[in-house]
Amino acid sequence: MRLRPVGERALLVEVGELETVHRLHAALRELDPPGVVELVPGYRTLLVVADPDRAQLLDELAARLPALELPPAEAVAGEPVEIPVTYDGEDLEEVAGLTGLDADEVVRRHTEPEYTVAFLGFSPGFPYLVGLDPALEVPRRDTPRTSIPAGSVGLAGTQTGIYPTASPGGWQLIGRTDVTLFDPGRDPPALLGPGGRLRFTVAG
Amino acid sequence: MIRVRTPGLLTTVQDLGRPGLAHLGVPTAGAADRRAFGLANRLVGNQDGAAALEITLAGPELELEAGGWLALTGGRVAADLDGRPLPMDVAVRFEPGQVLRVGSVSSGLRAYLAVRGGIDVPEVLGSRSTDTLAPVGPPRLEEGARLPVGDRADGDPFRQVAPTRPVDPEPVLRAVRGPRDDVFTEEALRTLIGSAWAVTSDSDRTGVRLDGPVLERRRKVELASEGMVEGSLQVPPDGHPILFLANHPTTGGYPVIAVVIGADLPLAAQARPGTRLRIRFVSVAAARAARGGAGP
Repeated sequence: MRLRPVGERALLVEVGELETVHRLHAALRELDPPGVVELVPGYRTLLVVADPDRAQLLDELAARLPALELPPAEAVAGEPVEIPVTYDGEDLEEVAGLTGLDADEVVRRHTEPEYTVAFLGFSPGFPYLVGLDPALEVPRRDTPRTSIPAGSVGLAGTQTGIYPTASPGGWQLIGRTDVTLFDPGRDPPALLGPGGRLRFTVAG
Repeated sequence: MIRVRTPGLLTTVQDLGRPGLAHLGVPTAGAADRRAFGLANRLVGNQDGAAALEITLAGPELELEAGGWLALTGGRVAADLDGRPLPMDVAVRFEPGQVLRVGSVSSGLRAYLAVRGGIDVPEVLGSRSTDTLAPVGPPRLEEGARLPVGDRADGDPFRQVAPTRPVDPEPVLRAVRGPRDDVFTEEALRTLIGSAWAVTSDSDRTGVRLDGPVLERRRKVELASEGMVEGSLQVPPDGHPILFLANHPTTGGYPVIAVVIGADLPLAAQARPGTRLRIRFVSVAAARAARGGAGP
């Protein structure tokens, strides 16, 4: 574990692997340390942000962190959420061409694994998922689309994800879901949190 | 109610934003210059964090349907009430039906207009802030919109002009090195603090884009995405830093060479395109000490 100061009111905790990020995130959410206002997971880091008026409390937390007991990985991941997808995306044929698979095989391989939400970012509720079959790795589109509808399911590099709200984007679109990933009127507003798991299914 | 006759270039409702939701990808947002925003609220006797208007470069024309108190702070801007010039940094009484015209911001970039009681648009995720990056919160002001005024006042209006510092045309921003300073060459770190950085015209509430010498990386590794804070100087592959403001994305994949300290974020928020700013390194302890003595 390595701690890096981020300005005067935050710490970046480097832990090396994603599973440890999620376990540390769970431990700190449970601990609810005084003065801490944000805990932001990344692929290999957890960012701890303090209230500017109580930033000195970070020093005490930093001293405690190396000895902090983390919950087991099984306790952190919840039940997988099912995301039914209609696989009729505009880029499905292109993805098939790029991967050398036919469209049915792209769908089969996309619905096969259980994915983990690494973290959320880019836009509210946007899950960065790990677990994609390497056979489905395709480059981003050369020209990003200016507007992608909410619920679009896409691929880019080692990533697959779902656009929770309409936004511009450069991912290859393979399908869409009716599941609402982000609703500001809901508590919590995002369907999936960091460390959550999901499966894509073919919508019937 | 306040009726929007013309909205100005970009006028938004802002408060202290939505802290605590970054792990779900929700930006904090809120006022870009918290110091000027806080002063506007204090002048009209509002509670901390009552919603006010953030005015960017060219101001709105507003019909004030009921009487009350207002205060204008931040970037210097000419304004009038029914043609009578309006002083800044002081609470001013207005009568029902008066029209407030806010002109162009002549120094700095953003002015704040607080109305006694606060702007009372509905809260979304605990805040009335317009998020200019994500579709959260009220829309930016549009012609014909009507804004309710709330009851979040608990003090008296302040009828003496508050002392404020003039906007520095060549501000020096203090910053703490890192967290990813080790990605860059020593030369890049010297260049960061040794150069004048020009604020470019594509800057916005997400970040101040800086033009200057290229900051070279020591190695060509891809950084895994990680959490970002306000004040981060993120350096994309083109080598030109972006200084994140209140509406920054929650995570980013480019290395952060240094983080501007909280006490100097208001200077960053007021740096208009063309401004040449400089960066100076300070320790974490100095940054924390600076917070107490920041002044109005």
